[in-house]
Amino acid sequence: MAAYIVRRLLVMPIILLGVSVLIFSLLMLLSPLERVALYVSDIPHTADGVDRLIHKYGLDEPLHIQYWNWLVGQKDTDTGEVKGGILRGDFGWSHTAQMTVIEAIGQRFPASAELAIFSMVPMLVIGIYLGVQSALHHNKWIDQVLRTLSIIGYSIPTFVFGLLMLMLFYSVLRWFPPERLSQWAKAIVYSPSSGYVQYTHMFTVDALLNGRLDIFLDALRHLVLPVIGLSYLNMALVLRVMRSSMLETLRQDYVTTARAKGLPEKIVINRHARKNALIPVATIGGLLFIGLLSGVVITETIFNLQGMGLLYADAALNLDIITLLGLALFNSMLFVVGNLTVDVLYASIDPRVRLS
Amino acid sequence: MTTRKMIRQLLRTPSSLIGIILILFFVGVAAFAPAIAPPPPRARDPYDMPRYGYSSEPQPPTREVPFGTTEGQYDIFYGVVWGTRTAFTAGLVVTSATLVWGLLVGTIAAFYGGKLDNVLMRIVEIFQAFPFLLAAITMAAVLQPRLGKGIWTPMVALIVFGWTGYARLIRGDVLSVKNRDYVDAARVIGSSDLRIITRHILPNAIFPTMVVASMDIGTYVLSFAALSFLGVGVQVGYSDWGQIISFARNWIPVLSKYWYIILFPSLAITLFVLGWNLVGDAFRDILDPRMRGAKG
Repeated sequence: MAAYIVRRLLVMPIILLGVSVLIFSLLMLLSPLERVALYVSDIPHTADGVDRLIHKYGLDEPLHIQYWNWLVGQKDTDTGEVKGGILRGDFGWSHTAQMTVIEAIGQRFPASAELAIFSMVPMLVIGIYLGVQSALHHNKWIDQVLRTLSIIGYSIPTFVFGLLMLMLFYSVLRWFPPERLSQWAKAIVYSPSSGYVQYTHMFTVDALLNGRLDIFLDALRHLVLPVIGLSYLNMALVLRVMRSSMLETLRQDYVTTARAKGLPEKIVINRHARKNALIPVATIGGLLFIGLLSGVVITETIFNLQGMGLLYADAALNLDIITLLGLALFNSMLFVVGNLTVDVLYASIDPRVRLS
Repeated sequence: MTTRKMIRQLLRTPSSLIGIILILFFVGVAAFAPAIAPPPPRARDPYDMPRYGYSSEPQPPTREVPFGTTEGQYDIFYGVVWGTRTAFTAGLVVTSATLVWGLLVGTIAAFYGGKLDNVLMRIVEIFQAFPFLLAAITMAAVLQPRLGKGIWTPMVALIVFGWTGYARLIRGDVLSVKNRDYVDAARVIGSSDLRIITRHILPNAIFPTMVVASMDIGTYVLSFAALSFLGVGVQVGYSDWGQIISFARNWIPVLSKYWYIILFPSLAITLFVLGWNLVGDAFRDILDPRMRGAKG
């Protein structure tokens, strides 16, 4: 076990180094003028001023020096202040968000995380339940119906599904509006005089911490459609994994043994089979969660949900590469570290993994 | 399983038969696009949707414009018909390019093994450290000022980050084949590496990867449409389903009134992808021996 973790930990820095090189090479496709945004928020309008900045921050230096500067930052020759440097957590200035990229991530991340957490619940609960049912009734009508539904689900683009839901539940029925809060709730949350404190920037959590049940319900109401939109697709994935893993487990000898010694079918399924069948679902669930955390571009765009995904979409529309690459860097680190965590957890619950 | 046997089985399964019919239907629409929706006489590019005026408000279907017009008076019917060609181009080009590149990297890694394998697989992992759609969006935005707006920018973006899965898959299968006796025999009689790979290893290892690739066509069409939907794909007015649907974003509060701007292009893309997915699902069933014969 320890050897496995150590081996994975040793590979991780190599991957992260590679990721940084890849992002840096994309960055180098930009002109020095565009790259000035790594260090300053407003770019001067005169050619002279731009040249001075390019020279000052070494944007005309050889590649390896620029890479190093990009990693550790540059000392400002006038003020002596160190600027830039991704290792210092400075990813540059985001023109799209009108703040530094790191500030933007800090502000947008809670919204994406909140959506991710809420989406995980129906995704896992319903996905696992239906997966088990599908396996127990293998090739019976319920299995076939679920299978057809998930193939159809896979074929509907997320943006189509989202727009159709908005058409029905917002445009016609007016039940579930887009965005994160209603106007009246926003007025309270963002007003400095209301005494409302944003502890986590996750609106549902903050509302409870402030004891505002009305705002909590309002935030929840705004989450319904995005959560459905996000979970229907991933639910199909969970269902599929759970189904095949359950089918596999039901064929194992220990299940036959349990049946042979006369245990009731309910206990065989709930205690013996399902628990073991859950292992692959745990992995896929972990990976899905990490994927959701980095923001879901399409869903957030359609529902105008101010998370990381919407920032990504806006930055892409503005061709704001500094913001995009900053977010990409953050996401890939999240991804690498998250994957490692999932794998280690996986290995600790399933000893077979460690041996292979 | 022979190819003929497989095709027979595909035709016997109702769901895959529906899938095949759907795909053939779209092939027909794509092939006869100039007859179904003739481009206006002096059109510069047949892929540009004709527009009837410049008003932003969509107009409902009439006899002349059977699917109505969307924002900017673009002809939805024309866009949906010619969009079929765009979808086939995007799906087939992206899939074959990623497949070729993935096969190349994966085969070389597995065949030569050792340090080279290690380096190549780490590179694969680096590319996989980015969530696919996010990476493709970034890449498309980086490429756009260089390649211009159009069908190539999103396709290249998808190709750059799409090949890694195939590389991994083929690597595993080549590894399991490369030490078989007939490969050793070929080596003993002095065949070149290239000959061994192309004549003896790939034909016996390529099949699972090909199947996965064929199932990915639908997925790539979805990703391509998503890029267009987000505005980093084709230029405004180009016949592309994702692009037509993206106009609907500006009409969300009143979508029920303008239902036609979303319904027709959505139906087209969903049925198109459904066709590929149905066939792919049947494929997987036929090929997965554990699930075979377990009927009922």
